Amino acid sequence: MTGPSSLDPTFTALPYRGLGEAALSRARDLGATHADFRFERVRSQVLSVRDGVLQGASDREDLGFAVRVVHRGAWGFASGVVLTPEEAVRVAGEAIAVAELSATMTPVPVELAAEPTHRDVTWVGPCEIDPFATPLADKAAVLIDWTERLRRGADVDHASAYLLQVHENKYYADTAGTRTTQQRVRVQPGFEAMGTVGDTYDSMASIAPPVARGWEYVAGRPGSGSGAWDWDAELAEVPELLAEKLRAPGVVAGEHDLVIHPSNLWLTIHESIGHATELDRALGYEASYAGTSFATPDQLGTLQYGSPVMNVTGDRTVEHGLASIGYDDEGVEAQSWDLIRDGVLVGYQLDRAMAHAMPELNDGRSNGCAYADSPGHVPIQRMANVSLQPAPDGPSTEELISRVERGLYVVGDKSWSIDMQRFNFQFTGQRFHEIRDGELRGQVRDVAYQATTTDFWGSMEAVGGPQTWVLGGAFNCGKAQPGQVASVSHGCPSALFRGVRILNTTDEAGTR
Amino acid sequence: MSSSFSPQSFVEHALTTSDADECVVLVRTTASANLRWANNTLTTNGVTRGCEVTVISFVRTAEGTATGSVTGTATLLAQVADLARAADAVARAASPAEDVAPLAGDAVSADWDDAPAATDIGVFGSFAPALGTAFGRAAGAQRVLYGFVSHEVTTTYLGSSTGLRLRHVQPTGHYGVTGKSADLTRSAWVGGATRDFAGIDALALDDELAQRLAWASRRVELPAGRYDTILPPSAVADLMIDAYWSAGARVAHEGQSVYSRRGGGTRIGERIARPGVHLLSDPAYDGLQAAPFVIATTSGNESSVFDNGLPLHRTEWIRDGELAALLQTRHSAAMTGQPLTPAIDNLVLSVDGATGTLDDLVAGTERGLLLTCLWYIREVDTQSLLLTGLTRDGVYLVEDGKVTGAVNNFRFNESPISILDRFTHASATVPSFSREWGEDYFSRTATPALRVPDFNMSSVSQAL
Repeated sequence: MTGPSSLDPTFTALPYRGLGEAALSRARDLGATHADFRFERVRSQVLSVRDGVLQGASDREDLGFAVRVVHRGAWGFASGVVLTPEEAVRVAGEAIAVAELSATMTPVPVELAAEPTHRDVTWVGPCEIDPFATPLADKAAVLIDWTERLRRGADVDHASAYLLQVHENKYYADTAGTRTTQQRVRVQPGFEAMGTVGDTYDSMASIAPPVARGWEYVAGRPGSGSGAWDWDAELAEVPELLAEKLRAPGVVAGEHDLVIHPSNLWLTIHESIGHATELDRALGYEASYAGTSFATPDQLGTLQYGSPVMNVTGDRTVEHGLASIGYDDEGVEAQSWDLIRDGVLVGYQLDRAMAHAMPELNDGRSNGCAYADSPGHVPIQRMANVSLQPAPDGPSTEELISRVERGLYVVGDKSWSIDMQRFNFQFTGQRFHEIRDGELRGQVRDVAYQATTTDFWGSMEAVGGPQTWVLGGAFNCGKAQPGQVASVSHGCPSALFRGVRILNTTDEAGTR
Repeated sequence: MSSSFSPQSFVEHALTTSDADECVVLVRTTASANLRWANNTLTTNGVTRGCEVTVISFVRTAEGTATGSVTGTATLLAQVADLARAADAVARAASPAEDVAPLAGDAVSADWDDAPAATDIGVFGSFAPALGTAFGRAAGAQRVLYGFVSHEVTTTYLGSSTGLRLRHVQPTGHYGVTGKSADLTRSAWVGGATRDFAGIDALALDDELAQRLAWASRRVELPAGRYDTILPPSAVADLMIDAYWSAGARVAHEGQSVYSRRGGGTRIGERIARPGVHLLSDPAYDGLQAAPFVIATTSGNESSVFDNGLPLHRTEWIRDGELAALLQTRHSAAMTGQPLTPAIDNLVLSVDGATGTLDDLVAGTERGLLLTCLWYIREVDTQSLLLTGLTRDGVYLVEDGKVTGAVNNFRFNESPISILDRFTHASATVPSFSREWGEDYFSRTATPALRVPDFNMSSVSQAL
């Protein structure tokens, strides 16, 4: 990449346009009523360091193309990696053959919501410094330095650090005439310090979120406008926080008020709102795998999802969002819309097939949530950046804490689990600070919070102001069969919840 | 794949192109086919083919040996050469590796020259028509079917500058079908692993779902608590895979897992399960055959690129209730003073003297719960290996040896290691399939059903 608005020339030199025309022409000749062609190159690099030593460094590049058709009312899909027009024609024929088989078992014909044609458009995500152009030795040196600094902590026995980087290019073409070429870059750096005091082992990890940015996220100066995380501050803080955690008392199980920092709350949003408002799930298309949703379409406009201070948007346009894009994998332009307004369910995430299934949503159009994670996978409805909105003049995190007589301040994510209809969940965190009479006390250990989605969001008394809002997220959201992973961001403010069930995990294990 | 494609030529070309001191090349071809359905109709389906080449370069300097690993899609020799040059460059930029060890050499597979194996949509030739019939039959009986079948064949070629020329073909298939009543208030699941889809009958699967949905015609609401619970082989596989994945020797040695001895070192040699319990892996295990040599594209706590091609043998992780081995590279083996026991792609749990079936465990239970499978399992605490997750698609009430109804779902908080020390009854070991991990990560398991007297159902889940 040569700048923030440039497509990588090593991608644009690839023969995707010719392959696409050959495949689409063949599909059309064989009778497809719709066909789309997707050419992708996904480059990734992973570095891992443990105790000052580069443990592993691997580069990967997935390159190939896919043809998807609607033929005789059924889907057909095939993919290939040999970049010749003959192979594109063969793969198109294979997709038609799959559709022929599928048609015998598809009593309800596949139909797609109409979509404007985008003749030849380009979108490039923001990135100041291409992480793949940065020497590996320089990146490894940063991670090695992180682990060495962490290990200076008196109670830190071991430290690890990692860096994930992805550079994704896609070309999309369909028989309606849409042609899009796009590029996204994302990075996920992180570290963890581990220690033991007596018989107690524990760890403390960075709360830095993954972002759709380049190497400037690591190497830039915090506050300079580069979006750089303040790694120095966190590296200095974590050993002391771990030392305190190792000596902290176990939490007393029961109901507690919670002030939850965005570094933890993003994941609760992801699981209990993001997945629950995917229309394909709500209609049963993930029923045998990831599950369905309690937020069924018959409750649209009436389901009291949470308290009146709850406003949630789906958004594929937010800058530096991991799910942000110009056009989705069905050629639909990125959009932003309401999912929950004043605590009530008002919208869903849609691809073109789902939009056709519920034409009363979004004026009968998809809101651009189709995505495939590789050239070998079929696009499915995937999550937009789903974010909880702050209160315009809302309180600071400290003000939220000051409203709590007896409770916990939750920072950082750790383990997560939710049921297949998105009712019952359990989350832990990096650290839990006790709150007494509106002030922070020391940490407590062995904490998990457990709730039912609507009870939890109904207990949200206040959301913080814009000054508390952070865009968190993950690289590894799983869905579909065959399994696919997607990156997605979730923004949220700090928020105050009343009377949430807290478990002591040592008691749960029955080891005390 | 084009007819000119040759994995063996890719290996040789990469080895020739690389100017590193030593080099390992992995070529993996895959062919896959799948069918997916929901609401009694087929949804997304497809076939894919791919070829992935990994080149691992080893560069020796005065400070030590550095490695570089680069993986990419390749169908042309020119792409392979680019990968080799890139791997060399990464190795030259890297710092010395801590897991350095001599590369294996001179082992050659008898089938090295064979072409890659393949699969296509035809593997469902008998399954698909029956599935179409099952859709109609289910709809007529007010049932809704959802499911997925997949078949994939991966052929791995491993070559090295030290003379390794190893080949392995691994077919992996699985099926999973969820049935619901038309009002979506009752749900059941059946699933399993297969190598070739021979004998997998869609109508028989629908029959089993119909029986399980009938069991649920009586619904019983139960609160959270500890219950006498029968875990079928699928649920046991769910939990044992987590126990296996957490068995890295290095992290145990460094005090970070349930296999760590308080005060330092590992618990190897300690009793961690009931006497008679055995947990093992064996690349030659009948029906669960897996790669008989180490395949590692990058180094980490439980893998080392230097170990590529080392032979794998039957390994007992738990022997007669005692922790016998942990996942070792040569590097961690030296660190812990234990034998080399690398990871193997299958897992078997057995209990001495255990006979009979899941049905026998049910028949011997006065009052308890019978699970179907578990879901969304995540680690809560590393020291106890406390896991949380949900029951799914059928929790049944057993009374006087018979299934008498269906119970609400639960969230559980349990440790698989604790379960291996607390269970009271076990059935014979049979091929099994983890619903949580089987499709995407680990499908070669054989496990018994276990009856656990006080399984911790931490809270009720309303999910149906």
